[in-house]
Amino acid sequence: MSQMEKFYRTPWMLCLTLLLSLTANAAETLDTIIIDTGYDKQTRIAVVPFRQGPEFSDRQQMSDIVSFDLARSGQFAPLDSENMLSLPTRREEVFFRDWRVLGVEYLVIGTTAVEPSGNLGVSYQLYDVFNERVMKGETISARRTHWRDVAHKISDEVFEAITGIRGAFSTRLLYVLATNAGSPSARFSLEVADSDGERSRTLFSSDEPLLSASWSPDAQTVAYVSFETGRPAIVLQDVNSGVRQRLTQFTGINGSPVFSPDGRQLAMVLSRDGNPEVYVMNLADRRLRRITRHHGIDTEPSWSPDGRHLIFTSDRGGHPQIYQVELATNFIERLTFVGDYNARARLLPSGKHLVFVHRRQGVFHIAWQHLERDDLRVLTKTSLDESPSIAPNGTMLIYATQDQGRGILAVVSIDGRVRYRLPSSSGDVREPAWSPFIDTLGRGS
Amino acid sequence: MTKQWLRSSLYLLLAGLLVAGCASPQPEPTEPAVDPVETPDTTPAPEPPPEPPAFNAKGNPYVPGTTRLLNRTFYFDYDRAVIKPDDLAALETHATVLRNNRDRSVVIEGHCDERGTREYNLALGERRSDAVRSFLTSAGVSPAQIETVSYGEERPEDPGHNDSAWSRNRRAILIYR
Repeated sequence: MSQMEKFYRTPWMLCLTLLLSLTANAAETLDTIIIDTGYDKQTRIAVVPFRQGPEFSDRQQMSDIVSFDLARSGQFAPLDSENMLSLPTRREEVFFRDWRVLGVEYLVIGTTAVEPSGNLGVSYQLYDVFNERVMKGETISARRTHWRDVAHKISDEVFEAITGIRGAFSTRLLYVLATNAGSPSARFSLEVADSDGERSRTLFSSDEPLLSASWSPDAQTVAYVSFETGRPAIVLQDVNSGVRQRLTQFTGINGSPVFSPDGRQLAMVLSRDGNPEVYVMNLADRRLRRITRHHGIDTEPSWSPDGRHLIFTSDRGGHPQIYQVELATNFIERLTFVGDYNARARLLPSGKHLVFVHRRQGVFHIAWQHLERDDLRVLTKTSLDESPSIAPNGTMLIYATQDQGRGILAVVSIDGRVRYRLPSSSGDVREPAWSPFIDTLGRGS
Repeated sequence: MTKQWLRSSLYLLLAGLLVAGCASPQPEPTEPAVDPVETPDTTPAPEPPPEPPAFNAKGNPYVPGTTRLLNRTFYFDYDRAVIKPDDLAALETHATVLRNNRDRSVVIEGHCDERGTREYNLALGERRSDAVRSFLTSAGVSPAQIETVSYGEERPEDPGHNDSAWSRNRRAILIYR
């Protein structure tokens, strides 16, 4: 086996090592990401360590973040920097022969500088090695504290330039962390972290359960269910200021808050009329419109991308299945027919496929299906899988599962071929919600 | 199941009528003719034994006439919200306690095991608490004395991930106030 083959046969181990060094000293809620599988044929890319100024510590290498983002997508096999023959940081230092000999298809180099304004200026170039040409090159200016956001932004640009698909690395994850679950000292907190699990922070915490967190389309607000008063309430919270407002606290269930694609309405579940029904609240005047009318359980609404339909879980047929309602007409049709437990569906950005929780032989998995065909495909191999949430570019979904009795988050590609896990060192993590696209370098910090 | 439930309710209804009958106005007893001369007696008549308290310090009810606490946790089968026949007697006693103590109220918590989705389990937990509420109101408890709250799978009694933990987590609990 040639040296080159050896490099590429173990890309995941390399990445794992890389991440371990990245997070060695960080006290993050989410631990080292463990990559389980990737595509057989991955694009070979080299992200050369950037020439970084003294404003960076030794641990902070932007190329590590970019490499790891690309590796997590499952579509790229980044070359470990130890195996690079040269470490160019400028165009003049790039010798394409060095990269061709390693089988590298794409190359990223970069430098950082402190601009007169005090901002960080990061210049990078993406090269097509075989054609010896620059595919992308720009300078990104941002506040110095945003250096990680700049790295994710570069990942987004590189990913899109090569795959044609918009990158979703500059996104955040919302999730619930539960510690001492099942004991009187149980504690629940709503956390937000970068898409790679880094920089987690607590938005709210309580001795009472928190659940069903979701993002507004502008990613400025989150909605969730809080039992902090001993009864469930739907709460809105501004992500940046932390300001909270209680939106509903009717008798019975106040659950499943989900923003409409235009952000003006909130679908929710209330049982104030006797049993769980789906409602839509107009956020401007807080007017409620009841959508479902059935003595069975109607819950877990989610919007179609065009905002004209809701899909929801109902046991009106005897078992939980996914239904769709057209909001203009209240016309309801059933979408799932395979199996006797299909619940909490989410539509892909195309609006043509859905993912949901599917029970097969007593085990709960995440499944995928075309909206109009029962071509159900199970995507996950773990058990007790729930709460699927789709990345805004529709390539991956994050979900909650169990690993050795602990609640962890895991990611799987929509085709089921790429998987990675984001375990937590403290307590159970659950109910992930992948944010919409965010302008992390602008106001959405 | 439904038959037995109806029969229990009927018994309770009859019991209620009997209680009402006892409480209906009785003819005024005439003053008994008593010898005005007290018979000297050195041994006073024994005090009637004190009525045992109906509730313990935490406000939870005893099985009437005993110092044994009344069971307040009722378990359910997987994916079901039907009260088990063995629990009907205890729930009837709760109904009696609440009817006799109109100033007391109860919160019925509904809980599920971790299998299935969280919001669906909130709905299922509500079905369980509603089943207990329906039983109590059918047995004559005022709806004003009852509040229900479903915690779904969020507050397990046993944090384990096996059948025995799951069976302990599918429950309704009566919290007295």
